Amino acid sequence: MSALLEVKNLQVRVEDREILHGLSLTVNKGEVHAIMGPNGSGKSTLSHVIAGKPGYEVTGGEILFKGEDLLEMSPDERAAKGVFLAFQYPVEIPGVATMTFLRTALNAQRKARGETELSTPDFLKKVREVAASLNIPQDMLRRGVNVGFSGGEKKRNEVLQMALFQPSLCILDEMDSGLDIDALRIAADGVNALRSSDRAMVVITHYQRLLNYIVPDYVHVMSKGRVVKSGGKELALELEESGYAQFEEQAA
Amino acid sequence: MNVAVVKPTPERALGELFATARDRLPGSGIVSEVREAAFAEFAKRGLPNRRVEEWKYTDLRALLREVAPLAAAPDQAALAKAATAVAALDVIDAYKLVLVDGVFAPKLSDVSALEAGVRLNTLSEVLEDRDNKVRGDLLLTNATSDVMVSLNAAMATDGFVLNVDDNVALKKPIHIVHVATQTGTAAFTRSLLRVGKGAQATLVESFAAAAGAQTYQVHDAVVVWVGDDAQVQHVRLVEDSHDASNVSTAIVTLGAKTQFNSFNLTSGSVLSRYQGFLRFGGEHANATINGVNLLKDRQHGDTTLVLDHAVPHCDSREVFRAVVDDRAHSVFQGRINVHPDAQKTDARMMTRALLLSDEAEADNKPELEIFADDVQCGHGATTGALDESLLFYLRARGLSEKEAQALLIQAFVGEAMESIADEQLRELAIATAERWLAARG
Repeated sequence: MSALLEVKNLQVRVEDREILHGLSLTVNKGEVHAIMGPNGSGKSTLSHVIAGKPGYEVTGGEILFKGEDLLEMSPDERAAKGVFLAFQYPVEIPGVATMTFLRTALNAQRKARGETELSTPDFLKKVREVAASLNIPQDMLRRGVNVGFSGGEKKRNEVLQMALFQPSLCILDEMDSGLDIDALRIAADGVNALRSSDRAMVVITHYQRLLNYIVPDYVHVMSKGRVVKSGGKELALELEESGYAQFEEQAA
Repeated sequence: MNVAVVKPTPERALGELFATARDRLPGSGIVSEVREAAFAEFAKRGLPNRRVEEWKYTDLRALLREVAPLAAAPDQAALAKAATAVAALDVIDAYKLVLVDGVFAPKLSDVSALEAGVRLNTLSEVLEDRDNKVRGDLLLTNATSDVMVSLNAAMATDGFVLNVDDNVALKKPIHIVHVATQTGTAAFTRSLLRVGKGAQATLVESFAAAAGAQTYQVHDAVVVWVGDDAQVQHVRLVEDSHDASNVSTAIVTLGAKTQFNSFNLTSGSVLSRYQGFLRFGGEHANATINGVNLLKDRQHGDTTLVLDHAVPHCDSREVFRAVVDDRAHSVFQGRINVHPDAQKTDARMMTRALLLSDEAEADNKPELEIFADDVQCGHGATTGALDESLLFYLRARGLSEKEAQALLIQAFVGEAMESIADEQLRELAIATAERWLAARG
């Protein structure tokens, strides 16, 4: 069985600076991987390159998703294939009602996959169910996308989309940033409900705290654009004790 | 038949324009005198060029070159083509009044259905009415000396004279539909709407082309008086063919405690100018004048608004949005005059342009002239591109580049459409914008 996501010797530049210097990572269906590392280690760059954000130049290596060359695809093609990036800082889009956005996005993905568009009643029913499970009030769905949402609400809105789109790969970029413990728990519960043998997750975080709520199968430590150590979930606890300093020296 | 190969100079063409049209223009006596004087004024000044301050971004001498000859009165074939064009318009529940090539087309209109309390005449019949001693006034205004308004007075063939009686609230909008069926000719229309005290009325104006009509010109003027305590909504949709020209003027006078709510959307015409002159003539009136230009290819769209706060305690709001693609050019000029007595004026104007290509251009010219000392006036203008971070977010959720742009553009122009109180008209504006976005591919 081929891996869901294979990142092979990935080298990435932003303007004149190389951020990733040959990063490799293999993620199989059903697995949850945590990527930890200090600020500036390239964690977010990895998530952006997988999702297809403009402004990054891949100078070497490849990314295969379900055996296909992901780097050849536009961001929307990647989304339709099942890649989902939960943003560290979800943007606010005034004037675009959340409901309209969700329906447009879901139908765009379905259309790209050659599936029929969801009827309005079916769509509404589905959104209401998912929203209720995440404690998202209906009036939030009528407002502009993320406009006036608290940090916790924005992250819950990301999880809502994840639940609605049912992607096969979820990348959670610093999902704990800006969240208090209660907000974190609600968002993490939402993510955990989506764990399944058909789906993989890559959880990017600076702190071990998030991994108490979303318990990973594997932990990778990144430093200076490379994975410098991989292990089981106990590696996260080890890091909490000893910090990232040891790896930074190692990478240098 | 004249076989001269020498291209007529604009001046000569001007003279011929009126001389050949004269016999067809309704009204004699005082009306003819008003027309002669108006045309003399136009002939003296000619088409405005960039040295005329109010027209500096829309040089008609360069862009329009010359005024096209008067369109012939529509024959049966033209009326049939117009009927098809009218049927293709978005359906709204309104009293439809159709002008084909500048002439009233009763068979395409809903005249018999008009409610009690509305009186309708065509402009041509009032101009021809020799018992009406003030009929010449229909072609006069003291709101502006703009030369294109003079040309309109000289050449107007038809339009409507509408009166809404005091305290009558019209249930349905009055919808004036301008349809062009010819190529290379000009239609001149003028309509007047008087809304009585305490009355409520909605005026919708649509500009459209019948199949095959090209490079035609529309020269329209609308004059509106809003009586004290009355409420008027005004919605314009300019969807002329992509090579047509449209030069339109609205002249509005507001009584005391009136509410006037206006929205213009221009998505058609290679060259368009919509100029609005609005005067607050009574205290405690409230006006919202919003607009959207959706321009692509080599379209040039100009919205110019002049507000006169002549009395105290009036509020005005202007929200204008331009979406400019390809090599198109959008112009917004907003002038606010606050007269010495107009204390407690509250006037705000905000204009934003979205440039979708490197060659797109937007000019914003706000002008505030304030002679009262206890007023609030503000204006703002921005020009920029779509936010890349928003585009990426939408694309990461599965929207194609065009879909993501369309959603953001809808949101951008939506801010100017929110003020349209009537839901069916707001939907109509949104549908028109969606059509433009869909045509982008």
